[in-house]
Amino acid sequence: MKVLLFGPLRDVAGWRERTLASPPLSLVGLKAALARDDSVLGEALDRPGVQAAVNKAIVRGDAPLAADAEVAFLPPMSGG
Amino acid sequence: MVVRLQNEPFAPGDLLAAFCQDRRDVGAVVSFTGLVRADGEMVQALELEAYTGFTDLEIGRIADEAALRHGLIDVLIVHRIGRLLPGEPIVFVATAAAHRRAAFEAADQLMDYLKSRAPFWKKSVEVGGERWIEPRPEDYQDAARWDAALANKTLEDRR
Repeated sequence: MKVLLFGPLRDVAGWRERTLASPPLSLVGLKAALARDDSVLGEALDRPGVQAAVNKAIVRGDAPLAADAEVAFLPPMSGG
Repeated sequence: MVVRLQNEPFAPGDLLAAFCQDRRDVGAVVSFTGLVRADGEMVQALELEAYTGFTDLEIGRIADEAALRHGLIDVLIVHRIGRLLPGEPIVFVATAAAHRRAAFEAADQLMDYLKSRAPFWKKSVEVGGERWIEPRPEDYQDAARWDAALANKTLEDRR
């Protein structure tokens, strides 16, 4: 599973892309795993306006995740 | 219809000339070029981040919608990503239609969308440090004009 962070989230976490060897089975599980690893990132992911995209499609609430999914966390967009 | 995100600089004049070439049904082409503002020499650079495969598709979806709504014949959107310096072109939008009103309004709508809702993350590198930029309230209001116009039109259509 590939996890991508954008914008300010990348600064918070100190990484942009990470491949998880033992991928969680759901989006909620993934967020919990990331928060266990880095509580500051965990808080940032829970802030209002942060959206998640699974395989480049926005997902609301929880969603099951395939082992080879690409999950991106998208903070509020800046516009161009 | 073409949407392009690129790291390389572009020449707006060249894009416009190519966009206008070999047109027989187009009576109006409107183009908009946005440049990076130095804001009184405060801004040293902008860093623009996009999610490739997501940002371009999302912009394409809005461009399709605008093309349908305004009856456009063609649209070109070129947006820089990566590091940009003040004075450099950052965005180019061109719309082609049979008549001018549609071309003007579609370009206006597309720019309002690009400035407020397009999936970019923008960092301003300034004299005092770096900061992430969010749209200004005016940008949201500008974009909302088109939602309201669409809602009114839908209401009229139902009557």
